[in-house]
Amino acid sequence: MSDERVSNVPEKPKAEAPVRPAHRKEPEAPTAPVALDERGTALSELLPKAFSRFEVEYGAAMDEVVAKVKPADVAEVCRTAKEDGRLSFDYLRSISVVDYVERLEVNYHLFSMDKRHKMVIKASVPHDSPSVPTVSGVWRGADWYEREGHDLFGVVFEGHPDMRPLLLYEGFEGHPGRKSFPFHEYDEW
Amino acid sequence: MMLNMGPQHPSTHGVFRLVLWLEGERIVRAEPHIGYLHRGSEKLCEREDYTQIITLFDRLDYVANLNCELAFCMAAEKLMALEVPERAWYIRTILCELNRIASHMLFYGVYGLDVGAMTPVLYGFRERERVILLFEAVTGARMMHNYIRVGGVKEDLPDDFGKRMTVLIDELKRGIDECDALLTNSELFLERTKGVGTIDGPTAVDYGVTGPMLRAAGVKEDVRISEPYGIYDRFDFGIPVGTHGDCWDRYYVRVEEMRQSLSIIEQAMSQMEAGPITAKVRRIARPPRGEAYLRTESPRGDFGVFLVSDGGDKPYRVKVRAPSFANLQSITHLLRDAYIADAVVILGSTDIILGEVDR
Repeated sequence: MSDERVSNVPEKPKAEAPVRPAHRKEPEAPTAPVALDERGTALSELLPKAFSRFEVEYGAAMDEVVAKVKPADVAEVCRTAKEDGRLSFDYLRSISVVDYVERLEVNYHLFSMDKRHKMVIKASVPHDSPSVPTVSGVWRGADWYEREGHDLFGVVFEGHPDMRPLLLYEGFEGHPGRKSFPFHEYDEW
Repeated sequence: MMLNMGPQHPSTHGVFRLVLWLEGERIVRAEPHIGYLHRGSEKLCEREDYTQIITLFDRLDYVANLNCELAFCMAAEKLMALEVPERAWYIRTILCELNRIASHMLFYGVYGLDVGAMTPVLYGFRERERVILLFEAVTGARMMHNYIRVGGVKEDLPDDFGKRMTVLIDELKRGIDECDALLTNSELFLERTKGVGTIDGPTAVDYGVTGPMLRAAGVKEDVRISEPYGIYDRFDFGIPVGTHGDCWDRYYVRVEEMRQSLSIIEQAMSQMEAGPITAKVRRIARPPRGEAYLRTESPRGDFGVFLVSDGGDKPYRVKVRAPSFANLQSITHLLRDAYIADAVVILGSTDIILGEVDR
């Protein structure tokens, strides 16, 4: 048995860590069907009128109405969504960032306690300079979701009063939510 | 004066740090620090397949494990448009409502401790133990069950389940009444909690507060009724709602909720019939490409799962909308202008679980 720790043989240069593909490529898969309920259909007809000031691309994902907006418009669109009496989206369900191959997508899931309808506002930002205006002035609950998005994905929410790390510790380097951030590697068996 | 509380403090219910700025005995500013329990669960989900992820969800809200499992499985089922068999839904509903009782019983016990009453914790844990023993008989584990599957549940109920449930329901009924009588109208308890840490409905919604905390503030919002999922539309049950949004309301809404849960369980037990317990699914689930956001009512509030699939056997992204995370944000509002002696009472009334706050 050889004990490398006590041998005088100079250390071998460490093998380079295997490079994992950052994004999995899957075979063509079917797409989940769109099925809006009555409120969703009514909302998708109402939205173009309410958001007429903005450049918006409408769509749907399963049972949610989707509005894709320009990153710079996010705060204004959200303010309209909350304050317009026809929409009154008073409850921010969550803000989630998704790392796609060529962009980061910020999702704002909204719900109206009064009108009982729901929608998603989406904004796509590039990996190298991801920034959207903050909505913490629109819903107070957005505060921590934005800090989390900044922590894990490096999205800068401009105008946010306190962008210190929330889930990670001070001085942590990198954005662990991103696909390019490696997992702790181990040999698969 | 600045006062640091935690991260190692018995009343923070986990690893949670609170920094308080005081003026005399009044709190002028409170700053919560979280993240001590951050395990990167969402990221870990991206490299496990759909069956393996269930174990990760067990460890989010670790006193209401089944409710977390259910949320994830339902999100996957929503993407796959799976029809879950009736019996599986009844099993899920009964176990999740029992889990809600167990979770609220833990709250009841430790909230007693938070306000300085030693006895309630003994009663609360006694009742919780009954439920956990039943879980052990059904799922094989006391806490980390790994029982609910995409498309159904792992295995059928044991043969003596009906008999055990009859006994358990009676015991819990008596137990809840006993607990209620022990603490709710105690003079000292009322003094400590009435009018303390109030929040009004619109502010609570603005903070994203959900669950018993929101209902205590007078907003009638329960996902089980407002957007019924599974078989909840078949049961007749009420939503307890508070009026003042103070600590006592938050406490009592939970006590009443346990009674409502018991009523759901009784109805479900009488309606349940034999049948298959899983839908026909491939062993390795591959949901179609797309994204689904799913809301469920966990004991702490609106537990949401945002699931993005690229058509593979592993999810592309899982985002957990944890109710405690949003509820805890409102602590800055609740603690402003409160007395330092009430800080623990207010924090206890939010009933946070750091496992799902930090994820």
